[in-house]
Amino acid sequence: MEQKTKINAEDGKQELLITREFDLPLELLFKAYVEPAIVEQWMGTKVLKLENKKHGSYQFETTDPHGNKHRFNGVIHEFGPNQKITRTFEMENTPFPVQLEFLEFEKLTDDTSKLNMQIVYKSVAHRDQMLKLPFAQGITMAHNRLQEIVSKLK
Amino acid sequence: MTAGAIASNFDTARPTVSKHLQILTECELLEQKQNGREIYYLINAKKMKEVADFIEPFRKMWDDRFNKLETIMKKYKSKK
Repeated sequence: MEQKTKINAEDGKQELLITREFDLPLELLFKAYVEPAIVEQWMGTKVLKLENKKHGSYQFETTDPHGNKHRFNGVIHEFGPNQKITRTFEMENTPFPVQLEFLEFEKLTDDTSKLNMQIVYKSVAHRDQMLKLPFAQGITMAHNRLQEIVSKLK
Repeated sequence: MTAGAIASNFDTARPTVSKHLQILTECELLEQKQNGREIYYLINAKKMKEVADFIEPFRKMWDDRFNKLETIMKKYKSKK
């Protein structure tokens, strides 16, 4: 089966590309990025601030399963309705440096659209670290599960 | 390989090796094959590759997020 979301991370480059095709008209896809109430739903985050304009900024807050709050923020550099959003993204209180994101929205047909997301990191090492984050979380979950099983065996 | 043959490669106690094999089998990284009275353990190369592909969880994270976006916006459209 063809994968709807594709990741392209070339070796030795400090950027990555995420592409996704949606069964949604372009206007609806773009709306999902600008309406705070909708962003909250699909990102699973609280929108503290979202100014959709050049020099505007945003701040999101997510709560993890342990009840810890994590904040993310960034500045919007370009805002072209139904076309593009260029913004920075940073995780507060983490050693991860800020990253630059270019989001391009494209109409395919009247009912389908495409999102191209280019993320530029401070270095190749930082990019690879971000790529491994969900993998590391998966491993932690697997370890916890392993521990659970082993403790039952005792 | 049998559990005994595998265990002979490690200094770990035999029951510990058995537990590890049991968990690896449960995770589908190993497959068991009965041969008479003995059980042979075979590596599941396909599954191993999935685990080794560390980008996959990152892709999955975005895929899940975008699937959610799509579902929400489809509902949004029909509500209008």
